[in-house]
Amino acid sequence: MEDNVILRVATKILTPYILLFALYVQFHGDYGPGGGFQAGVIFASGFVLYTLIYGLETARLVLPLRVASLCGALGVLIYAGVGIATMILGGEFLDYDYLNSHDAEHGQHLGILLVELGVLTTVFGVMVVIFYSFAGRREAK
Amino acid sequence: MNAVGFLNYWFVVVLMMIGFYILIAQGNLVKKIIGLNIFQTSVFILYISMGKIEGATAPILNSNWSVYSNPLPHVLILTAIVVGVATSALGLSLVVRIHEAYGSVEEDQINEMDRSV
Amino acid sequence: MMSHLPVLQVIVPLLAAPLCALVRHGRTAWAIAVASSWVSLWMAWKIFQLVQADGAISYNLGGWPAPIGIEYKIDALSAFVLIIVTLVGAVVTPYALKSVGREVGTSREALFYAAFLLCLSGLLGIVVTGDMFNVFVFLEISSLSAYALIALGRDRRALTASYQYLIMGSVGATFIVIGIGMLYVMTGSLNMADLAILLPELPSNRTIPVAFAFLSVGVCLKLALFPLHMWLPNAYAYAPSAVTAFIASTATKVAIYMLLRFFFTVFGVHFSFSEMQLGIILLPLSLIAIFSMSLVAIFQTNVKRMLAYSSLAQIGYIILGISFFSNTGLTAGILHLFNHAIIKGSLFMALGCVMYRLNSVELENMRGLGKKMPLTMGAFMVGGFSLIGVPFTAGFVSKWYLIQGAIEKGLWPVALLILMTSLMAVVYIWRVVESVYFSEFDESQNDDCTEAPLGLLLPTWALALLCLYFGINATLTTSGASLAAANLLRIGS
Repeated sequence: MEDNVILRVATKILTPYILLFALYVQFHGDYGPGGGFQAGVIFASGFVLYTLIYGLETARLVLPLRVASLCGALGVLIYAGVGIATMILGGEFLDYDYLNSHDAEHGQHLGILLVELGVLTTVFGVMVVIFYSFAGRREAK
Repeated sequence: MNAVGFLNYWFVVVLMMIGFYILIAQGNLVKKIIGLNIFQTSVFILYISMGKIEGATAPILNSNWSVYSNPLPHVLILTAIVVGVATSALGLSLVVRIHEAYGSVEEDQINEMDRSV
Repeated sequence: MMSHLPVLQVIVPLLAAPLCALVRHGRTAWAIAVASSWVSLWMAWKIFQLVQADGAISYNLGGWPAPIGIEYKIDALSAFVLIIVTLVGAVVTPYALKSVGREVGTSREALFYAAFLLCLSGLLGIVVTGDMFNVFVFLEISSLSAYALIALGRDRRALTASYQYLIMGSVGATFIVIGIGMLYVMTGSLNMADLAILLPELPSNRTIPVAFAFLSVGVCLKLALFPLHMWLPNAYAYAPSAVTAFIASTATKVAIYMLLRFFFTVFGVHFSFSEMQLGIILLPLSLIAIFSMSLVAIFQTNVKRMLAYSSLAQIGYIILGISFFSNTGLTAGILHLFNHAIIKGSLFMALGCVMYRLNSVELENMRGLGKKMPLTMGAFMVGGFSLIGVPFTAGFVSKWYLIQGAIEKGLWPVALLILMTSLMAVVYIWRVVESVYFSEFDESQNDDCTEAPLGLLLPTWALALLCLYFGINATLTTSGASLAAANLLRIGS
């Protein structure tokens, strides 16, 4: 679809705003509908749109499959890492109070922020890997 | 105790039966997964409609409101939606592999091919 | 660290899984998998000792107290099932190196171990948790990774088997979610211990029996009880050997654990068996399962399929013991859960050795194998005798308790049926014996067939020797099972 001018220009303009909106949804999960999973899917959809218009090879130059699957694994490690950190700092697993030694409420904020970041990374990575696997099937045959 | 008061449960039952029927009766493997999705969606509606409290707002802290809907069903359903997405992705990737291996996504044709081996 | 054991039991495999996915090299991923499964076994053993000494362990996730937050509760039954799941995991993981390398291929090996560890983590999570929705989450984690693992088989029928399992398993899990939702609507709590207190106090309504029905159908789909068993034979027959050995020994057993938790701990013995008449429903279904599945197993030519139908019959035995809802019956059911896991684990691993050398597990291709692969077939025979219930094997102990439970209830026909179906097990094991020991080896087909490598033989014989050990000295298993049974009945009543 690269030779279709309207689609090409619209994608180029829209993609940064899609990614920005994903980050907005991510950080406003406390104050409105949103959070890690929704943000991850919207973030991935920006890349899906880019792949649809510009083709799989170009998209693979922008975001290689290896990086996406790395993101997928990394998010789980971030989430579990936060849990391990709270256990080391003296609390139960995922007891965010202990993340900030002075103020429990700030600890809760930090904890939620980090685990949502982990969720964002994993969901984004997995969605992109799924899309690349399905889209790349025809050329693999 | 009237039927209209249970309107959300009627929607749930109708969707659930539609989804389950598609799951069982359709021979096309992709359509079965669609049926599974509809079936799971009916369960989401069951949970979320149960969490709504009359006269209450969405479960987001706001100084103007004092009564909030129950946030726990929303959390449970977020998890269940992710599980549904993962199941659909896995099912559809299996269908792609089956199509490459058998050349068809119709269940009766695949069973025929397996039987003739 | 000791106080965090319940959560570490689940987190260690869960952390090791993305590490395996990040590492591309198959050997390194295997090493990570072996290390984490052995650490899990050590932790399960420590937890078992703690529970035997002090009673149930409780752990609040995130520091939130019990009915508000998610609670991990490990009592005698959980500790017992933890031991068997981690034991099978710890034995199958070293076995998987050669077996998976041959059957799945080296390019996907690291991802295989990632899925394997996720499955192990999900199964352990189901056993450890005390929160209803958490059970669903871990159930889906283990089920989804199981579907992926089964689809890695070489035969293209592994794909359709995995697809069928996916559809049926997702329906079962959705039914469980519906049941949990109905319980939540009526009581406002998701904690199992809390529900056990709140449910009897509710005024009589229609929702709780319907929730009971949904939960029982969903769980019976997962544990492949008679009418809902169609996914199991294909899934076991066409999956890679290590996957079959692991899933046959753990997935259905953990589903049986879920059944025990739901019916004895959450709903209570009085509600489940007196009001909802669960015993009368489970008894005929399990009898039909035992009889018909043993009969079908006799006519199979693929030995893996034969053992899959035999597994369905053994699940029937376990449910039969549970349906008696007496102390002996429940002990028999839980004991057979443990013994059957060890028996089937060793049988499927022995078949994996055969698959490694012959690339086939058809009866006619296995002729004369007794001379070429004596140690492998010896392990298979130990498992086979245990399946029949020969004295001095593990299967004999559980069948003994089962017959005792039947006689205590006055159900003499059931005791006779148990003996008769054990004779049917003799028939299908004899078919294998006849082909392996009393037929001539076909030299033209496989001329380089020697004994299986040590890496495959050692885990197989480890479980086979455990079969013999727990048949001769069953004090550990019977004491664990009877403690678990007493715990369930006391909490429920």
